[in-house]
Amino acid sequence: MALINYSSKEINCKIVYYGPGLGGKTTNIKHIYSKVNPENRGKLMSLDTELDRTLFFDFLPVDLGTVKGFSVHFHLYTVPGQVYYNASRKLILKGVDGLIFVADSQIERFEDNIDSIENLDDNLAEYHKKAEEIPLAIQYNKRDLPNIVSLNELEDALNPRGVFSCEGVATEGIGVFEPLKEVSKKVLRKLR
Amino acid sequence: MPEDKEGTFEEEFQIIKDSLEELCRETKSLSVLLIDKAGQLITSAGNVSSLDIPSFATLSAADFAATSNLADLIGEHDFSTLFHQGARKSIYVSLIADKVILAVIFTKETTLGLVRIKVKKTAEKLANMFDRIFQTLESEYSGAVDDEFISEAETELDSLFE
Repeated sequence: MALINYSSKEINCKIVYYGPGLGGKTTNIKHIYSKVNPENRGKLMSLDTELDRTLFFDFLPVDLGTVKGFSVHFHLYTVPGQVYYNASRKLILKGVDGLIFVADSQIERFEDNIDSIENLDDNLAEYHKKAEEIPLAIQYNKRDLPNIVSLNELEDALNPRGVFSCEGVATEGIGVFEPLKEVSKKVLRKLR
Repeated sequence: MPEDKEGTFEEEFQIIKDSLEELCRETKSLSVLLIDKAGQLITSAGNVSSLDIPSFATLSAADFAATSNLADLIGEHDFSTLFHQGARKSIYVSLIADKVILAVIFTKETTLGLVRIKVKKTAEKLANMFDRIFQTLESEYSGAVDDEFISEAETELDSLFE
């Protein structure tokens, strides 16, 4: 849950980017880093392997500023997507307030998306959480590539809850801020 | 937010802060940080001006979580403390009430033994209070902010994530 520190008047929210390996989670967070006013963000930290795959997580703190006396911080994390890094993925989900699922639109990655969203449910269940209780948005990434699954098919397979979803080309910053905004607002509304 | 809730926490956070400052002073440490398991700073004592706090808090929590899983792999319940020794500075990390992480950064001005003893004392003192605080936080989670807060925050979000 979001941590409200009444003493220092701070609200901290944890938002996690989830999805299959090489789907573009880190690209999303790097775009946010490059576009957000430097005064409103901290350092982008990446714990990755020599091959540039995320090993543990990427982390970017973003400050919303002060709202009615509370300073509001969003902590953005990515998880490693590769199947064999599930232990790290589970750890990052601890205390998650909001989720952005970055799906890879390419035909050959269709099954990986489904495996990943099922894996998300399994991992949340270990913390006794249900995915539907946590604000979620979906980005269908890599829409600029030629061999992609149709939006309808992706929606049918990955979005039975009918949560906010959008098309994305994270490398160009398309569809990056929309899901983040959507989830951040839902996380704050849950504090009400 | 409910007045009495804020009042309760003000008092308890002051006790926590005083305890951390006492720990920092008595062990001659550089700084002491209290972090939740999700990697967010709760409060700190000592000199943290040169420290990248969000990164430090996140990595400490991740470090602890990874180590707990390592413990599990060899059939241990938990490793309740971690120690990272450097040439000039070292970090001693310990879990309080199974819920919050206490990290002490210290130099050769002091010894690991002293840090360990004093951290244990502080942990014992604060454990009950944390149990109580977390119970209250969980039961009074909703209603923390009002509509006006949400509307102002949403406007800020729109301009931040343009």
